[in-house]
Amino acid sequence: MSDTSADNIVNEAQFGDYFALLKPRVMTLVVFTAFVGLLAAPVSVHPFVGFTAILFIALGGGASGALNMWYDADIDAIMRRTQKRPIPAGKVTADEAKALGIALSGLSVLMLGLAANWFAAAFLAFTIFFYVVIYTMWLKRWTPQNIVIGGAAGAFPPMIGWAAATGGVSIESVLMFALIFLWTPPHFWALALFMRNDYDNAKVPMLTVTHGRRATRARIFWYTVVLAIFAMAAGFTSLGGPVYLSVAAILNVQFLIGAFRIWRRDEDASEVDNFAEERKFFKLSLAYLFLHFGAILVEAGLVRFGVWA
Amino acid sequence: MSIGRQHEIHKRRFSRNMGLGLVLAAFVVLVFGLTVVKVTDGNVSQAISGSVAK
Repeated sequence: MSDTSADNIVNEAQFGDYFALLKPRVMTLVVFTAFVGLLAAPVSVHPFVGFTAILFIALGGGASGALNMWYDADIDAIMRRTQKRPIPAGKVTADEAKALGIALSGLSVLMLGLAANWFAAAFLAFTIFFYVVIYTMWLKRWTPQNIVIGGAAGAFPPMIGWAAATGGVSIESVLMFALIFLWTPPHFWALALFMRNDYDNAKVPMLTVTHGRRATRARIFWYTVVLAIFAMAAGFTSLGGPVYLSVAAILNVQFLIGAFRIWRRDEDASEVDNFAEERKFFKLSLAYLFLHFGAILVEAGLVRFGVWA
Repeated sequence: MSIGRQHEIHKRRFSRNMGLGLVLAAFVVLVFGLTVVKVTDGNVSQAISGSVAK
């Protein structure tokens, strides 16, 4: 008997474990926002080309997820939320994740370039670099602004989708970026308020620890104010219309009220109801992003089918 | 061990092998589809019937 990995029977990786390295749940968000970006663009794309473009944008996102899991395997093993990921679970080695991540990064950029255009491909390559090198390797463990910077990486997919269709950047694609970019900090800081111990144990500098929970509450509110301004502004570009504006108006008022309540609350009140207000805000934040992009999609569909010009 | 015989590892690796096989097959279909769309400029049926306008 040799002791190669082929004989490691107990904990052998199945196909699903390699797939899990690509962070499928994050990928669904990438697919959705890239799809909206592609369809909202004023250039029509052949459906097969559009499908291929979105597939490889998602694969690029998945590749950066695998590289993130390779680099962060040490802290993933400490945090409860991430302990079952394939590397800390002992199913896939960190080196395998790195190899898969690098190979799929190259493949996704190459294929996006061939399917759509090289500007979109370069943009995808930049996004992977930004997420893996700038965020994961450099800033995540160093600054409490990690969430803000990580949010930028998550905000690029609709811009790449738009670039795949148009070959460029415009005010609309920048506003879609701003929507996700500004939404991420309130979303994650609300989570950090009620999931307290995880990040502390892993020594990841979260704002709640470095600047205190009071300051985090204030920042949730101020980010939400700026977010609301940008979200409404998007309604007055070619992305918007009556559907988007009404959806955005309702959601932003709700979001502002939620953020304001979080800001005004003190820790004792939050302890009493087990962070009910913060949990509610977090749930609302999921619907917030989904419905904004859903509304942009509906507007794009209405234009395409000629309901209004 | 002869190479033709079913080994325990074949069973154990079935999901990985099948999964990778399907992914590669899908990739081939995708590249072919993309080639057809690019070469025919999106007018697949016209290209097949040979009436592509210059």
